[in-house]
Amino acid sequence: MLLAVLSGFLLAIAAPLLHKVAGRFIGWLLAALPASLFVFFCSFLPDVQDGPLLLEYQWMPGLDISLNFLVDGLSLVFALLISGIGTFILIYAGAYMSGHKSLARFYVIMLSFMASMLGLVLSDNLITLFVFWELTSITSYMLIGFNHEDMEARKCALQGLFVTAAGGLALMAGLILLAIMGGTYSLTELLASDQPMHQHAFYVGAVLCVLAGTFTKSAQVPFHFWLPNAMAAPTPVSAFLHSATMVKAGVYLMARLNPSLGEGELWSQMLMGFGAATMLTGAYLAFSSTGIKKVLAYSTVMALGTLTMLIGVGTELAMTAFICFLVAHSLYKGALFMLAGALDHETGTKDITRMSGLRRSMPVAAVIAAGAALSLAGLPPLFGFIAKELMLESLLDAPLWSMALIILTVVSAMLIVGVAGLVAIKPFFGKSGNTPKVPHEAPFGMLIGPAVLTLFALVFGLAPFLPEAFLLKAAVASAYGAPVEFHLALWHGINQPLVLSMVSLVAGLLLFKAWTRLQPTLHAVNSAGSRFGPEAGYFKIMEWITVVSGWQTRLLQNGVLGIYMLVLVAITFGLAGYTMINHYGVQFTLNLADSHFYEWGIALLLVASAAFASATHSRLGSVASMGVLGYAVALTFILFSAPDLGITQLLVETLTVILLVLVLFKLPEFVNLSTPFQRFRDLAVAVLAGVTITVMMLAVLDIQYFDTISSYYVENSAPLGFGRNIVNVILVDFRALDTLGEIFVLSLAAIGVFSMLKLKAEDQHKP
Amino acid sequence: MKSNTLILHTAALLIMPLQLMFSVFLLFRGHDEPGGGFIGGLVASGAFVLYAFAFGAEATRHLLRVGPRDLLAAGLLLGLASTLPALLSGQPMLTAHWWELPLPGDSYIKLSTPLVFDIGVYFAVLGTIMTFVIGLMESEES
Repeated sequence: MLLAVLSGFLLAIAAPLLHKVAGRFIGWLLAALPASLFVFFCSFLPDVQDGPLLLEYQWMPGLDISLNFLVDGLSLVFALLISGIGTFILIYAGAYMSGHKSLARFYVIMLSFMASMLGLVLSDNLITLFVFWELTSITSYMLIGFNHEDMEARKCALQGLFVTAAGGLALMAGLILLAIMGGTYSLTELLASDQPMHQHAFYVGAVLCVLAGTFTKSAQVPFHFWLPNAMAAPTPVSAFLHSATMVKAGVYLMARLNPSLGEGELWSQMLMGFGAATMLTGAYLAFSSTGIKKVLAYSTVMALGTLTMLIGVGTELAMTAFICFLVAHSLYKGALFMLAGALDHETGTKDITRMSGLRRSMPVAAVIAAGAALSLAGLPPLFGFIAKELMLESLLDAPLWSMALIILTVVSAMLIVGVAGLVAIKPFFGKSGNTPKVPHEAPFGMLIGPAVLTLFALVFGLAPFLPEAFLLKAAVASAYGAPVEFHLALWHGINQPLVLSMVSLVAGLLLFKAWTRLQPTLHAVNSAGSRFGPEAGYFKIMEWITVVSGWQTRLLQNGVLGIYMLVLVAITFGLAGYTMINHYGVQFTLNLADSHFYEWGIALLLVASAAFASATHSRLGSVASMGVLGYAVALTFILFSAPDLGITQLLVETLTVILLVLVLFKLPEFVNLSTPFQRFRDLAVAVLAGVTITVMMLAVLDIQYFDTISSYYVENSAPLGFGRNIVNVILVDFRALDTLGEIFVLSLAAIGVFSMLKLKAEDQHKP
Repeated sequence: MKSNTLILHTAALLIMPLQLMFSVFLLFRGHDEPGGGFIGGLVASGAFVLYAFAFGAEATRHLLRVGPRDLLAAGLLLGLASTLPALLSGQPMLTAHWWELPLPGDSYIKLSTPLVFDIGVYFAVLGTIMTFVIGLMESEES
């Protein structure tokens, strides 16, 4: 399982190389991985019928971070959707982006995304889950901004990143609160614990934080605006990330935590309220858009709202509807997006108003679109119909707000029927339109995906017992928290849901008929809305952030190094000194009796060089005397048998002097700009720091609050670390994680210096 | 910046290979005797800095063959790679693994993940300092 999740990353590394070998067939070649993963995940199907499986892999047990994987119905539904749709997306991308100059880069990010997404839905550990969550945000950012030479694409990518990353931070807080409440970072244990979460003092905070994360990720109102803008990405990305998988991560997490957090009223009210609002907003905006990708994007927003609402309702029936709608939506929306890309590719326009009569030139695409759109509209005999009937049925007997939810849902359903007409009837029927390119049938690689997905929707619709027996039962059980008995069927007889469906169908078709005439009105309403809508709020916030950061940069990062030093030193030593005096008092014994004369010599050298460095007016002199100081420290290390430290100190001193000399030439002439008051203030802080550290070190010699761990290292260095140099064994073995962190910090510093030098150089080139 | 003194040129050419060999020596003996990746990396950077002072940044780039930031990346990747054996065998991260490769005769080479890690540190240190120095020298030239 570990390999299954990480294989995407490994293949991503190899992708550029494979691209050179495979050339045109790269899509088919890479698709072999998700295809085999799909089969692999299918092999778990029999196991999860009896309950969740926990596959354990240690990672950092000391920090409670593991790579344990939780395989149950819910995670398996997602894993199968990701790997299954991923297979066709990779094939599709090979055809869609054929000949693109950075196709290899595209595949690298796409495969990394797929692996992160699999990790997200399979992780059992909250921290690991969060890491994968953020990885999907980052890969999504890179994919939206894939055409990075396009200013608009970069802006949209940044917007998506800001919204989801801000939510991600809230989510992290939420997950930590959750772990504190449940006393564990393991999802399995959290879900299994029977303590009532909703009575805990942190419940409200945890719910709000988690929902901030999931709502931003799953584009709920008022954060929905980033998703349509994410359509700047190439179509395979939109089809995969922004309809079938990534945006469902938030929904996944809500469904996952539902058994644990769902008992509280806050949870269900938030989910139902925001979900229903999102559903209606999405449906309306989908109906009023003209770009085919925007239409689909907003209908995805509508679907995400619906899913959220169903989790909020939370009854057995609602969770069944949730799972069915989730599967149905992924199947038809993936298919429709890929077809939209094909239309764009073959006609040269995304504008629906310009497409018509394409069925003559693109007959296969027309047939597939019709099938997928039937599922979107919720019509028999496709799986979408079953999902919609279930949804209406569950809302009819929802415990709370039943009437309001029904009305909102029926209105949305009408609009969505209209949308289905927009994507399946408008482009393909009527008389031939005037498109920038002469349309012809899309290549095989671009049609296979939508065809297979639609076929699945059809088979699931005609034979609903198939998915029910293998997958859906277990999935519903894990989302609901207990086994649920249900039986899916295409025909339920004439009942309330069916009547509601009929009403929405007829109204929806009427809306579609009127679409062209309604356009001006819708357009006017939307442009008015965009001035006050959430997206305008986003831009206001971004402006505000720029202003605040400008202000605080001028305040804190004013560029005067002396002030930085002053603040750092004063605060550090002030706090440390205060704590020492307050808690421990000042007490030490000074024993100078057994010191040698050469130690006095070194001490004298130290003091003299420090004094000279601070008194001299020559920069070179000051650098040199700092060097002397460093060498004297190195000598001390060597005297007290720490050769490693001594050598390091010597080398670092040497290189520091070299670096300083390199910079020294660029500095202006030395002038004394500080006032006497400033110099006395600096002196006071310096003396305070010096006295504090001296007293502290003397005091430390006398006091022993904890057992020293150095004896452990001395004893175990050779038997456990196979090395006699204790310092090195500590660095590379016992405390290697610290060292790993340090080399990353080192690299960050190098990159920081590099970019500063580059920026400077660029500034100088400007006139 | 580039010095034109014959003495520095000759000395750099003589000393630099010695420094590099010494840095590798320090790197490999580090586990038992004073030395290690950090110190080795510092000595190696000293060698390249000397070369840069004598022959300029451009020549040093040429000598390094790869960009200094690639060295940095290589170091970080090696550091991360040393965590893989533990991960794949289901142990806590950074658990050390040791292998003994037999050589002809009765001797053998001790290989281990801490060694790989230490080599990573070596490259990260070298990469960092070369980024600093070459960056500073080039910004001066431009």
